[in-house]
Amino acid sequence: MVAPLIDIKDISFEYEQTKALDNISMKVEEGDFLAILGPNGSGKSTLLKIMLGLIKPSKGKIELFGVDAKNFKNREWIGYVSQKSNSFNSGFPATVEEVVAGGLAKKTGLFHRLPKSAHQEVAEALEAVGMQDFMGRSVSELSGGQQQRIFIARALVAKPKVLILDEPTVGVDHQNVQAFYDMLASLNRDKNITLVLVTHDVDTVTDRITHVACLNQTIHFHGFKEQLHTMSDEQREAWYGHSVRKIHHIGGSHA
Amino acid sequence: MIEAILSYEFLQNAFAAGLIIGVIAPLLGVFIVVRRLSLIADALSHVTLAGIAGSLYLSQSVASLALLNPLFLGIAASVAGSVLIERLRSLYKHYEELAIPIILSAGIGFGAIFISLAQGFSNDLFGYLFGSVSAVSRQDLLIVAGIAVVVLAFIYFFFKELFVLSFDDEYARASGLPAKWIHFMFMIVTALVIAGSMRIVGILLVSSLMTIPVATAMRVTKSFKQTIILSIIFGEVSVITGLVTAFYFDLAPGGTIVVTSIFLLLLVIAYKKIMVSLKKGAIA
Repeated sequence: MVAPLIDIKDISFEYEQTKALDNISMKVEEGDFLAILGPNGSGKSTLLKIMLGLIKPSKGKIELFGVDAKNFKNREWIGYVSQKSNSFNSGFPATVEEVVAGGLAKKTGLFHRLPKSAHQEVAEALEAVGMQDFMGRSVSELSGGQQQRIFIARALVAKPKVLILDEPTVGVDHQNVQAFYDMLASLNRDKNITLVLVTHDVDTVTDRITHVACLNQTIHFHGFKEQLHTMSDEQREAWYGHSVRKIHHIGGSHA
Repeated sequence: MIEAILSYEFLQNAFAAGLIIGVIAPLLGVFIVVRRLSLIADALSHVTLAGIAGSLYLSQSVASLALLNPLFLGIAASVAGSVLIERLRSLYKHYEELAIPIILSAGIGFGAIFISLAQGFSNDLFGYLFGSVSAVSRQDLLIVAGIAVVVLAFIYFFFKELFVLSFDDEYARASGLPAKWIHFMFMIVTALVIAGSMRIVGILLVSSLMTIPVATAMRVTKSFKQTIILSIIFGEVSVITGLVTAFYFDLAPGGTIVVTSIFLLLLVIAYKKIMVSLKKGAIA
């Protein structure tokens, strides 16, 4: 049996004695397009950071590709796209090619220069996100949506098996959000890249995803999006409080 | 001028050290500027002052240390300062910038105590504060050359990691790069460059040679590599012009180098403005 790509086992995490995640168990299988949904402060980004090894859980363990995360060496199999506004210095003097090639750093290894094939690999990654004509452009000249595509290309260039995205449409124009999710869906469908994303764009993302995880410190639901209607009203309220109306339609007309 | 350089060893030392610093200070400066660490360079230069003043005091009061090159204690203080800054930054996670004034004032505080304890090295001190054309010894030059080898090797072998870390440190950590270690080594190398550049540019102006050529280059470049190349060119032009001017007019080279780099910056800003208005005119 093939091991899940990400296997979270009884994870808990506290921020300065406040519980952020409580006994989370969840599996991400190959080919999933999973959206983690939940209100602000529900621990979505914390869960992603734990998956990425950026923070350590206070309890439980996580396996990546069947290997304990502590011993997992093939980090280039997991691509990461962070919230743009968090970590990117928008005035940075670099071309699109330089930024995307940065995604090859880990794969190339310490003490080694980037290989000659890097240029071609960058071109292919840019093509996958529809930005092939922007190779020589300065990254600071691009719009929010274009920059976010560049960051996806940076994650794709190392040919990851899983792509983890944290609120990828923050700073993307409303009109471009649809096209952005279409591109993600095609990566999932055509390139068989497993996707895990945290988002607030519930309405837009619904048609593209295969799986949903409803998180609010603990997992209230995790499964195919079509099964979401099996959640009771009490469960929904426990998950999202009173403002659950906008996400009712995810499970079809049943909710 | 060339004749003078060929005849006097002290001028050879100053120019050779200047040319080396003109490369390594802006080269490392590019990473310092894009990582928004410019003020850390300032704090470290003041810590170096404490080490230099301490060494000058020791060489006066302890006979066996009379010939000790102050650069060694300066380097040690700068490296220790860089480690302390990192410790303080992790201690004050939400107020990381606090580390800078703490270390900077500690550097000046210790420096002031050593300077007042040891009387009569005001001439030496002036050279350390604002640079000197005549005070660079062969040993100083060798130390600067040694530091340059370390810096160039570090940048060569860790270029891609440094670039990723500078652009987006969260991504660097998430992608499994040893971001913590690379940052730590980066701080040590920065401390070395500051201590090494100080003989020519002076403690008070050393951070400007790491930042002003970069600020100038960033006005006109699109790519990271272009920024590095242009920063080094602006750095070298500033150092050469500054040293020649300092030699002929008997001025502190730190002053002439920095004023030249500021002049270049203003020139580039003016050039950029003219180009933009010409473009607008062409469109209209």
